[in-house]
Amino acid sequence: MSKLSPLAGTAPRLQSSWDWRAAGNFIGGGSGAGLLVLGFAACLGGSLSIVAVALAGGTLIGLGLGCVWLEIGRPWRAINVFFHPQTSWMTREGIVALALYVAGGGVVLLDAPRLLGPMALIACGFVYCQGRILTAAKGIPAWRAKLTLPLILATAATEGAGLVLILAALTGTAISWLGEGLLVLLAIRYVVWRSYLARLKAPAAAMAAARGLHLPLALVGHLLPAVLVAVGALPLAGLLAVIGGWGLKYILITRMALTQGFSLPMTPARGRGAAGPGVRPGWGGLS
Amino acid sequence: MTRYVMVADLRRCVGCQTCTAACKETNATPPGVQWRRVLDVEAGEYPDVRRIFIPTGCQHCDEPPCRDVCPSTATTKRSDGIVTIDYDLCIGCAYCAVACPYEARFKVDRVEYAYGGQPMDNERARIKDEKIGVATKCTFCVERIDAGIKAGKVPGIDPEATPACVNSCISGALRFGDMEDPDSAVSRLVAENQWFRMHEDQGTGPGFYYLWDKGQ
Repeated sequence: MSKLSPLAGTAPRLQSSWDWRAAGNFIGGGSGAGLLVLGFAACLGGSLSIVAVALAGGTLIGLGLGCVWLEIGRPWRAINVFFHPQTSWMTREGIVALALYVAGGGVVLLDAPRLLGPMALIACGFVYCQGRILTAAKGIPAWRAKLTLPLILATAATEGAGLVLILAALTGTAISWLGEGLLVLLAIRYVVWRSYLARLKAPAAAMAAARGLHLPLALVGHLLPAVLVAVGALPLAGLLAVIGGWGLKYILITRMALTQGFSLPMTPARGRGAAGPGVRPGWGGLS
Repeated sequence: MTRYVMVADLRRCVGCQTCTAACKETNATPPGVQWRRVLDVEAGEYPDVRRIFIPTGCQHCDEPPCRDVCPSTATTKRSDGIVTIDYDLCIGCAYCAVACPYEARFKVDRVEYAYGGQPMDNERARIKDEKIGVATKCTFCVERIDAGIKAGKVPGIDPEATPACVNSCISGALRFGDMEDPDSAVSRLVAENQWFRMHEDQGTGPGFYYLWDKGQ
């Protein structure tokens, strides 16, 4: 491919279809699902309020879905979101959310604590759907990357652990294993993030946004929480782990989301000239 | 079977944007929305510099990612390969817009006219509330094709059954027709020239062929 000077409109551009409201869905959905899963694990030890976990997790997911509802162009047709389960991960996300609220309703309204387990299982499905929503977005290289799904899952679990630590502090509950658990999840999220970043093939501006996120995410979202766990400041460690995950998803949705752009494998033969090498504007000069 | 496709001869396109203007006139797309765009790229290094014009828009893919992600089934593909949107079903989630590797989809949230507060005649006739808050894109002028076929016309040959952009092209760079018909102009152009389809690595199977040199 040859060097080129793209004129206006040919280089990849930051998508403007999904903004902070879409990011809010991935933030609320991932954190809520993580909270339900890790909260369920904490409840198995009998040390955390089951209703509090179900309420907090369901509320976060609901807030995320509410953000999406604010973004769609025809909100009063939102029921149509359920029409395409055959291939659409957005439809599947909606169906899974319905099931999650049925189980959650059982936990909270019918006083059926045993339904928290199914609710946590469904929450795993919910966050999986969210990861697949991103990987199916073929127009956005930073989202369609293979490691986007593991990244979404890893940060959901990490945020969930952080939120459970905060919830435990608020309710005066001690969960002995969760500090170490958060350390493990922080390590996993960091490794997945590094792998994602190392393998990412995206337009130059998306790569710059990702690299710009790396240092703050590593320090504030991973190293500092790990240090705080070591010194026993678990709620603060949890809070930073959550903030790191939220920042990661916000940047992923709103800053790294450059479009694919346009490319030609060959430039045409014009007049008496010969065909030339291909062009790919906006992917970093020689590409 | 029929498979309607478009062929863009990059050797012929002069970047005049007449196709863009014809599309806007025909479909009355709002300001900032171009269902048929012509990209203008300058490539190479002095003294070997070249300028390329690339007509683009919805590629009416064999496997449209926009259709697969659409949660409402508003986006569908007809048996003749044309990808359509049912504006009454679309919820305006814009998932299709981020799924499309060709930046072909648009969504506007309010009615806007090209020249301020008063619509032009074509805007008065074509702008409808159904297109507000939902996804829109190039339709290959599907109403014209359907009406033309009903009147016994042949898409790609008779202007009455051919997309407006193709009818307007001053250099014959844009051609339209049935790829399954071996005698159609598009079939012959593709058979006799070297071509590529954009972003084929995404598995979309675009229905838009770009000719870049004569056949070997």
